[in-house]
Amino acid sequence: MGISLSNISKSYKKVKAVQDISFDVNPGELFGLIGPDGAGKTTIFRILTTLLIPDEGTATVAGFDVVKDYKVIRKAVGYMPGRFSLYQDLTVEENLTFFATIFGTTIEENYDLIEDIYVQIKPFKDRRAGKLSGGMKQKLALSCALIHKPKVLFLDEPTTGVDPVSRKEFWEMLKRLQKKGITILVSTPYMDEAALCDRIALIQSGEILEIDTPKAIVSQFPKTIYNVGADNMYKLIQSLQQYEHVYSVFPFGEFVHYTDKRDSFEMADLQSYLEKEGLTAIHIESTKANIEDAFMELAR
Amino acid sequence: MKEENVIEVNQLTKTFGDFTAVNTISFEVKKGEIFGFLGANGAGKTTAMKMLIGISKPSSGEATVAGFDVYSQPESIKKNIGYMSQKFALYDDLTVKENITFFGGIYGLSRKKIKEKREQLISELGLENISNKLVGSLPLGWKQKLSFSVSLLHDPKIVFLDEPTGGVDPITRRQFWEMIYKAADQGTTIFVTTHYMDEAEYCDRVSIMVEGKIEALDTPKKLKEQFKVDSMNDVFLKLARIPSPTLPKGKRENTDCN
Repeated sequence: MGISLSNISKSYKKVKAVQDISFDVNPGELFGLIGPDGAGKTTIFRILTTLLIPDEGTATVAGFDVVKDYKVIRKAVGYMPGRFSLYQDLTVEENLTFFATIFGTTIEENYDLIEDIYVQIKPFKDRRAGKLSGGMKQKLALSCALIHKPKVLFLDEPTTGVDPVSRKEFWEMLKRLQKKGITILVSTPYMDEAALCDRIALIQSGEILEIDTPKAIVSQFPKTIYNVGADNMYKLIQSLQQYEHVYSVFPFGEFVHYTDKRDSFEMADLQSYLEKEGLTAIHIESTKANIEDAFMELAR
Repeated sequence: MKEENVIEVNQLTKTFGDFTAVNTISFEVKKGEIFGFLGANGAGKTTAMKMLIGISKPSSGEATVAGFDVYSQPESIKKNIGYMSQKFALYDDLTVKENITFFGGIYGLSRKKIKEKREQLISELGLENISNKLVGSLPLGWKQKLSFSVSLLHDPKIVFLDEPTGGVDPITRRQFWEMIYKAADQGTTIFVTTHYMDEAEYCDRVSIMVEGKIEALDTPKKLKEQFKVDSMNDVFLKLARIPSPTLPKGKRENTDCN
């Protein structure tokens, strides 16, 4: 009941949206597609939900072929597109009833599946969908995507533009859905959400950079990263970029992530170099790589 | 060096009927500072920012931006600030050069100045080979960098950035922050509104709005210490109303109606 893609490619006129993409999502897995805008995430979703025919390659969802068996797939999957696509002029309850009816079911029949999500927007059930806040729209869209009890759930950037509180709640909901046996493919441009998935594919410019568990991807980072701080961030970045042993310099919030070309890095060397450059309040310590470090190294 | 206040806000308030969107907020932003303005959806960020950029009159309180009063001198404010949003960037159907010329004209720069700025900007961004290409054909990251540079064309004292790096790949995003650091280093004040908490980590100081009020204002480092957490995301989660807006006073009611 999982998802399988093998050698999928798709172009729009001259633009290659995805190139030779292959990966499998196991039944019951929470799998993340992590990459920036324009990486090809939405194209993959549209192919898997049978809305787009690939130029090359094959794909199956819950064991069915995305081209041949599109009718079966459409009944078996739930899809929450990136753009809010419910009826703005219908109320919360009307939207949900509409989607239930389309799929030949009723709200009551599958209420247990959506209950803990829907209960949060139920006080607003008579409000038009267009008048809901971002977080509420997202919950309604998820309820509508679940109302026919899909085997596989596709969520295309469900948390984009949503504040941290709603994002956190949303991921907690996904974990609960996963426990009910639903296979979930979710995409996000937020690298910090990668850690919440069982496995992830890092994707950029239509190609997959890496597929693994978030832990494994981070632990395979080939270098030691140092957090470097000083009084003047702009000058610090400039100085580090000109340091003769520099491998990479990336600003990371209040620090800069620095990696060195040498095997034996001397903290004192760097310290005295930065002092000579006129920087003060210098701080250097080793730190752990995160998903963004891994992504940037793979994208180099 | 960074003593001069470029934004001064005192007891600023905006009400819509019975609803107080912005509730007596006060803060200052210094010259060359990178100031993060955070809050959940609906916390009042946009309303507050609209007052600061001179397109919405406050209900009460005081504010000066770039030395001009928000009540009596909104037009002077608009001439002295830059604005860049993730959504409204540049004209896709104009080339890189045309966009720069167009916005230079809008900001009232002379032809000579526009030409000079255009050449400088194109060479700084390394866009020589694509300066006659339509902006719509550029990757998102380049558009964002160009858009930021365009917002600086008229040498504004302050630039307002609305979620500047959302959805951009991690490398481009850091190049973008380097540009921000550079502008700040040259004395431009940067005012970032965002709910991407990792963008907040880059700011010198951040304020967090909750239900119309500023509930916290300090450096990211001090805020993390104060709330005993490791990231701005966790600071935000501790501060923002929980249960969230979608779980209103309603949590109990919800249980009742089931």
